[in-house]
Amino acid sequence: MEQVLAGFVRALRAAGAATSTAEAIDAARAVALVGYADRDLLKDALAVSLAKTADDKAIHERVFEMYFASPAQGQFDARTASAMQPQAHDAQLRTGQTEVDALLDLAGAQAGPADRTASTDLQRALARAAQAVGVDDIRFESQIGYFTGRMLQQLGMDALALRLLQRLTQHTEQAQAEALRLQQVRDTLHGQARALVQKRFELFGQPATDAFMADVIVHRPMHRLAPADMERMQAVVARMARRLAYRHSRRRRVRLRGQLDLRHTLRANAGHGGVPFELRFRHRRRERPRIVVLCDVSGSVAAHVRFLLLFLYALQGSVTDLRCFAFSNRLFDVAAPLQSRPFDEAVALILSQACGGATDYGRAFADLREQHWDSIDRRTTVLVLGDARSNHADPRLDIVAAVAGRAKRLVWLCPEPPGRWGSGDSCMLQYRPLCTHVTHCANAMDLERAVDETLQAYD
Amino acid sequence: VLKTLLPVVAGKTAQRHRVIHTRTMNAADTPAGLASIEAATQALASAGYISTRQISTAVYLAHHLRKPVLIEGPAGVGKTELAVSAARALGFALLRLQCYEGLDDSRALYEWKYGKQLLYTQILKEKIGLLIDSADTLPAAMDKLAAFQDLFFSRDFVQARPLLQAMEQRTGSVLLIDEVDKSEEAFEALLLEVLADYQVTIPEIGTIHAQVPPLVLLTSNNTRELGDALKRRCLHLHIGFPQAELERRVLRARVPGISEQLLRQLVAFVQALRAENIRKPPSVAESVDWARALLLLHITVLDESIVRETLNVLLKRETDIREVQQRLRPLTEAALAVAG
Repeated sequence: MEQVLAGFVRALRAAGAATSTAEAIDAARAVALVGYADRDLLKDALAVSLAKTADDKAIHERVFEMYFASPAQGQFDARTASAMQPQAHDAQLRTGQTEVDALLDLAGAQAGPADRTASTDLQRALARAAQAVGVDDIRFESQIGYFTGRMLQQLGMDALALRLLQRLTQHTEQAQAEALRLQQVRDTLHGQARALVQKRFELFGQPATDAFMADVIVHRPMHRLAPADMERMQAVVARMARRLAYRHSRRRRVRLRGQLDLRHTLRANAGHGGVPFELRFRHRRRERPRIVVLCDVSGSVAAHVRFLLLFLYALQGSVTDLRCFAFSNRLFDVAAPLQSRPFDEAVALILSQACGGATDYGRAFADLREQHWDSIDRRTTVLVLGDARSNHADPRLDIVAAVAGRAKRLVWLCPEPPGRWGSGDSCMLQYRPLCTHVTHCANAMDLERAVDETLQAYD
Repeated sequence: VLKTLLPVVAGKTAQRHRVIHTRTMNAADTPAGLASIEAATQALASAGYISTRQISTAVYLAHHLRKPVLIEGPAGVGKTELAVSAARALGFALLRLQCYEGLDDSRALYEWKYGKQLLYTQILKEKIGLLIDSADTLPAAMDKLAAFQDLFFSRDFVQARPLLQAMEQRTGSVLLIDEVDKSEEAFEALLLEVLADYQVTIPEIGTIHAQVPPLVLLTSNNTRELGDALKRRCLHLHIGFPQAELERRVLRARVPGISEQLLRQLVAFVQALRAENIRKPPSVAESVDWARALLLLHITVLDESIVRETLNVLLKRETDIREVQQRLRPLTEAALAVAG
């Protein structure tokens, strides 16, 4: 039974839950107490000992339903159902060949709900075969056929196939009938085995493939993200944002051991006649991150826009004090749509508002100076996402210099590689000396790192 | 002389760790209320707490696996109440530690009684002449003084705080560590020893093991993410807003004398309100308050005007109240229709 539980823990991990060995041991002890008999109880007990966050609970719910699903459920179609009717002349088919007989028993016994023990016999035989050939190691959908074949082989299908071939070449009526029956048995077993492998793939293979794809996608340059990638990207970016939030939400108070707070110490020790038993040290309260993001959504960065906005969308949750602006020439506050609408709707709205007319960084900075100057103070980090291609308009370096002077940091993330900075209408080289930090930001990884560094400045 | 000697004496004791075992835990110590999951549900019900199977399972496993339970969920769904009821149902003492920012070991674990120590130092100072008079050499005098080391750093001078108190209970107890998310990360680290091994180490005295491991319940409102180390050591129970049927049972238990019709209407309205997009949806605690208020006003049937007047019992934010009041008519009508 431990194997069942170990498999379940593996399935949980494959699905992305962080389940430790210690927790798996707790789960085993819990199961030893409550037993496997009551499915709901088992589910509750496992949930209590294995899933410790809201996300994990959701994963647990899903994986439990898949893993402990009642085995043969919903896999019958009309054809297999008829094939499973025990047939009167099955007895005559007995061949004396034990392997084939065993298979006939298994498939014939599938008959129906009336014969439950035999039906579990088949499931058990299938599960044993699955374990013998290592179905749980399945990674890709294309392996399903291979593993099904291996399982059937393990069950002794070769003998049956051989016999089938023999009967097909004999032209007597009885041989034909037997061949038909053997074919039905073969198809039934094949269907059942395939269904099992399919389920194992969903449990173990699919999550592994997803994890692999997620890894690929964070390293893929933003401008090469296909629309189909965006869906996957949403999940990846959401996880990134959670990670950032977790990493930076802790330690708001830093104890500075070296600095004695004399006033506090005296007050705390007044009860001890002024003898300083308990020392009090100065606390430095960490600043909360305040971030103002200016995001270029004009034509020249069209390929990146969806991704950049996706990142802003995810960041809403992790940075408490976040102002988002989008521009191609005029500056728009996009915090409201990002906060209140689903992502696709928000993007459509932002693009319809902000995207229009030629790019003009100078105009956008002027708007920032006139309308949103209050949002920048000495605690603020200003993040600019854009390629600085401003159509030869005045780049308003004076305002950018003022922003740099006023804010804690001014960070520019440019999707273009450094080699192209300054070419054509790019003002990157003019902006560069004014910024605290300028970096080429090509993919999701880069973006996460840049935000991580920004938040670290507040730690 | 003594002032300079005291730290030396204390340091010497610190090197000698002793483990204090008073009684080993016996498996037969399971109270009747924790013999099975159904028994736990019944015991909690007898204390006025309507439990779900999930909650009972968690409490049952907590006792039998000797693991703390971390309870998370929105405010007012009965997290703290579970601990209080469990203590009452099982006849255990309840030890409660309310967490807050800046909570440290001297408030949670133990503290030395400085005043008493000082007082005893004064007494010793007067008598010190008598004590070391007979000693001829300095080492002999030191030895004489060393005999007193236990006096100043002994159990008598330790002021036990809730965590240590829980370890020292002779019968079963419930230790409630309330709103653990309000404390700092450093405090979580402090809890690890207590929660994993049910022991407290006082360097000067030794390690004190729990005589009977307490049933430990931690609650959190999730204002911050708790550390993985803490979560790993706990069972995890999430209590969300209850289904209508469960909420009716809770109200029946908490507000005796409420008419069945009012109960149905009230619960239907509260459930509908939770589905609305409001900042602070009403919790079970609020619906209990509301039911009591309505009972006090001798109201037997809900209608729009009554809801409007008493809405401030249910909703605690000005913006929420304003928003709901605008849509009160359809909300009330829908709820009354559901209640039938």
